[in-house]
Amino acid sequence: MPEANEALARGEARRRLMSGREYVGASRIDGPLVFVRNTHPVGYRELVECVDAEGKARLGMVLDTSDEVVVVQVFEGTDGLTMPGTKTRFRGKSLTLGVSERMLGRVFDGLGRPLDGGPAPIADTDMDVNGRPINPTAREYPRDFIQTGISSIDGMNTLIRGQKLPIFSGNGLPHNELAAQIARQAKLRGGATDFAVVFAAMGVKHDVARFFTRSFEEAGALDNVALFLSLADAPSIERIITPRSALTLAEHLAYDKGLHVLVVMTDMSNYCESLREISTLRGEIPSRKGYPGYLYSDLAELYERSGMIRGVKGSITQLPILTMPNDDISHPIPDLTGYITEGQIVFEREMHGRGIYPPVAGLPSLSRLMKDGIGEGMTREDHPHLASQLFAAYSYVKDVRNLASVIGEEELTPLDHQYMEFGEFFERKFVSQGKSEDRGIEQTLDLGWEALKLLPAEELHRVSEEELNAYYHGDRDQ
Amino acid sequence: MSSRIVGQVKRVNGPVIEAMGVSDARMLELVRVGESGLIGEIIKLSGSGATVQVYEDTTGVAPRDAIYGSGLPLSLELGPGLIGTIYDGIQRPLERLLELSGRFIERGIHAEALDRKRLWSFLPESGLSIGTELEPGAILGRVQESSSIEHRVCVPPDMGGTLSFLAPAGDYRVDEHIATLDGPDGARQLTMIQRWPIRSPRPVLGRRPLTIPLITGQRVIDTLFPLAKGGTVAIPGGFGTGKTMTQHAIAKWCDTDIIVYIGCGERGNEMTDVLNEFPKLIDPRSGKSLMERTILIANTSNMPVSAREASVYTGVTLAEYYRDQGYHVAVMADSTSRWAEALRELSGRMEEMPAEEGFPAYLPTRIAEFYERAGYVDTLSGLEGSVSIIGAVSPPGGDFSEPVTQHTKRFVRCFWGLDRQLANARHYPAISWLDSYSEYLEDLKPWWEERVGGEWAQAREEIMGLLQKEVRLLQVVKLVGPDALPDSQRFVIELCSLFKNAFLQQSAFDDVDRYSTIEKQLRMLLIITLYWRRGQAAIKRGVTLVKLKRVKAVQEIVKMKFTVPNDAVEDFDRLAARLERGIDQLEAIYA
Repeated sequence: MPEANEALARGEARRRLMSGREYVGASRIDGPLVFVRNTHPVGYRELVECVDAEGKARLGMVLDTSDEVVVVQVFEGTDGLTMPGTKTRFRGKSLTLGVSERMLGRVFDGLGRPLDGGPAPIADTDMDVNGRPINPTAREYPRDFIQTGISSIDGMNTLIRGQKLPIFSGNGLPHNELAAQIARQAKLRGGATDFAVVFAAMGVKHDVARFFTRSFEEAGALDNVALFLSLADAPSIERIITPRSALTLAEHLAYDKGLHVLVVMTDMSNYCESLREISTLRGEIPSRKGYPGYLYSDLAELYERSGMIRGVKGSITQLPILTMPNDDISHPIPDLTGYITEGQIVFEREMHGRGIYPPVAGLPSLSRLMKDGIGEGMTREDHPHLASQLFAAYSYVKDVRNLASVIGEEELTPLDHQYMEFGEFFERKFVSQGKSEDRGIEQTLDLGWEALKLLPAEELHRVSEEELNAYYHGDRDQ
Repeated sequence: MSSRIVGQVKRVNGPVIEAMGVSDARMLELVRVGESGLIGEIIKLSGSGATVQVYEDTTGVAPRDAIYGSGLPLSLELGPGLIGTIYDGIQRPLERLLELSGRFIERGIHAEALDRKRLWSFLPESGLSIGTELEPGAILGRVQESSSIEHRVCVPPDMGGTLSFLAPAGDYRVDEHIATLDGPDGARQLTMIQRWPIRSPRPVLGRRPLTIPLITGQRVIDTLFPLAKGGTVAIPGGFGTGKTMTQHAIAKWCDTDIIVYIGCGERGNEMTDVLNEFPKLIDPRSGKSLMERTILIANTSNMPVSAREASVYTGVTLAEYYRDQGYHVAVMADSTSRWAEALRELSGRMEEMPAEEGFPAYLPTRIAEFYERAGYVDTLSGLEGSVSIIGAVSPPGGDFSEPVTQHTKRFVRCFWGLDRQLANARHYPAISWLDSYSEYLEDLKPWWEERVGGEWAQAREEIMGLLQKEVRLLQVVKLVGPDALPDSQRFVIELCSLFKNAFLQQSAFDDVDRYSTIEKQLRMLLIITLYWRRGQAAIKRGVTLVKLKRVKAVQEIVKMKFTVPNDAVEDFDRLAARLERGIDQLEAIYA
């Protein structure tokens, strides 16, 4: 037995040495997948270079490996590759990204190569783009309030440093504007700086990318931003690796350099579509709507790369954006996302139609980490009860509106009329704000009380006597 | 690492590895793959081939890599030191991994589940002497494992014989020799560690009927849809409806001796939250920290998918181990849907024929096997113990007609359906009073009658009847508005809304409200039914609803959950008296 062991160990060592070997010819090319036969034993998820007839190398990754055939997913597309002319090199290691702080202020493609004409930045270290799961015992529970200056977020769905809070939007809704506004305005109370933004664009249009670049430029923040762009006309397969590259840089900046990193990823729906494309090509058994069964695990691999770590200064806050196909929140992409992320900001087309910006739907939006980041010492002592009361009242407004649409507004009771007024104020004054309006948390909370004053005090079950005295009655006397 | 090579890798597809040249491997045998020794399990054998499910990330594994056999099925180490520990899905202690590999979990690292260095003060069972005939499961001695748990060191359930050595009282490490049993197949040396395969239920003497409620301190559960000790319940709900919050609340306040909390494919921060919060919270019964009775299993969504599949079995096996020592254990599985999805993913990778929505055809069998490990039993050691399973289900799109929810419903007897609408209105716990049910109600009635008399069942039925009536009335209101209803009917709606606000809603963050004793629950329920009866009579006498609502005691009812602590239930007498007086006065005016 020991001899057999040694033989095997020798075999494995030899295999590592074979990583430089080049194979000429592919046995099949199907979409972004290249099938190579008769190779040495190749490792799962190993990095691959496919060289086309012109000698240009394209990067890829091993998706399936066996004795007979190796399936390679080529990130830069397979157009122009020929079956006899393709040379394949297996690199014996997994895909890494050279990262450094100098990448801030630059623009890259999905694989981390400069797109801005500048030279490739000198890397401090190479990191595996697939990341590694954070040990749950190493995590620090996030509880630092981030002020975004947007009332519907700060007041009702508070963003916490280290949180992953997606925006569930639809086509034609102003999710890009909101994401850019958050990226510009986000700050901690007490004003700690050391922040950076890592922006990953998957399959977005050129003008959207330009919108973000300009928006960062205008805010004078471009030096703190690294952009990873895989635009709509880039090979769809590149989208699979784009968020991983971005998160790898974010992890370096946060955990090695101590920066507070905000990662904006748009549009996750395009990412999932690429995943489905590959899965279908490989003939995998689909689960819902043709998406692969591992969509949940795959998304989790991305979203869970956020948070804070004990004893480390930096943090990663994620703001993924996804467009719900047909505004359907039960579609697999928003659905699985919602199960992984810590809440969601949901956009409502109807509010957008009425000219309310940001059109944040009051009820389905949620921030799970809010409970531990607000209240005395963090925002203001009345915040938890106030938010809960606003939710409850607004939820009743929805009922009253339904009723009014059946029996007519005139038939409503006087109390219900008051609720209608409250709803109107809440949407027009509290939720609605300018695209560069930066409200302080105090201002947001005061506006909330302003709205509650339209209701009789007996209706406010969720706020305490003291809070009523201080904010509801108190101001009225003045 | 074992040197026995059982085969070679043929194909790698995610966590599933096909092996070739397999001669001498057993089904469900634990194996190590490749140079880095990734942990895996043989799940299929055919000819000279085998399928291995690997519990770690398989990046870099290549064909021809060796597969080493261990000769054992995937088993747990059971012994003192489990309580208060956080494990991953295959019982690797995460805190130890943190020391070994830093903040990220590297592949191929191994750590023993039980700390080998720690000394435990072992006290041999009195009445045992050399020559005593010991049955499987008999108690050998005791160890104070945590301030609230006394660990009973037992003979493993698959062993028995004549005691020929028993260590005297003293401090021992878990792997030190503490007893010797002479059995038919020779002398067996026992330590405080025993091993048990995670996929086999541990044997018991017999099962008992479930007649004792598992008190959770959550009013909507204990009063409306109670769970029995040894019972099973499913909590389905879309995202954001509060599954995890409900599980946490039960894990904190329920009256079992031990909690096994399985975070299966869920968020990393949620486990961190538990780790931060539990040590600080005090168990209202023992007065000790909650962590002193809790075992955590964390297999977060980004950790390998096959370990997620194993994590629920790991959890329930740990629970059975403590049940066998005579404890009541509650297993929280959050979420069983992630476990089912792991089954689906692995089944897909093995290219099995799918049944509904891509799930394998054996999904219902697996769900049934899991929930059947719950029960209230007579243990081999001659004690009573129970395992209750509380499984969260995450139906895609919040649609309860999907396969996991539907199959789970077949095998559990209690169902707490979470409602999106309630959650949107921030009514927590968002357990729907219309969709939920408990089949234990009748079985538990005698227990309640013995404790508090017949009032409980009666009041509960009354209020459930009103809630049903309210649904019909609300349909009318939707069409014609509330003004069209007479006061007597509007009072039904009014009372139900009061019941929801004052009783069903429970704040997990309020120091008084987060946990209610059954006495408090009953008194609250009785006050609300008193208001119902008196109010109804008053309205018949001509009192208007508006006036009735303004009675000061009614306003107090809304806030009684916050104002009356658990240890001051006599306050409810005064509140009831004030309510009666207030309504008396009103009636006097209208008379």
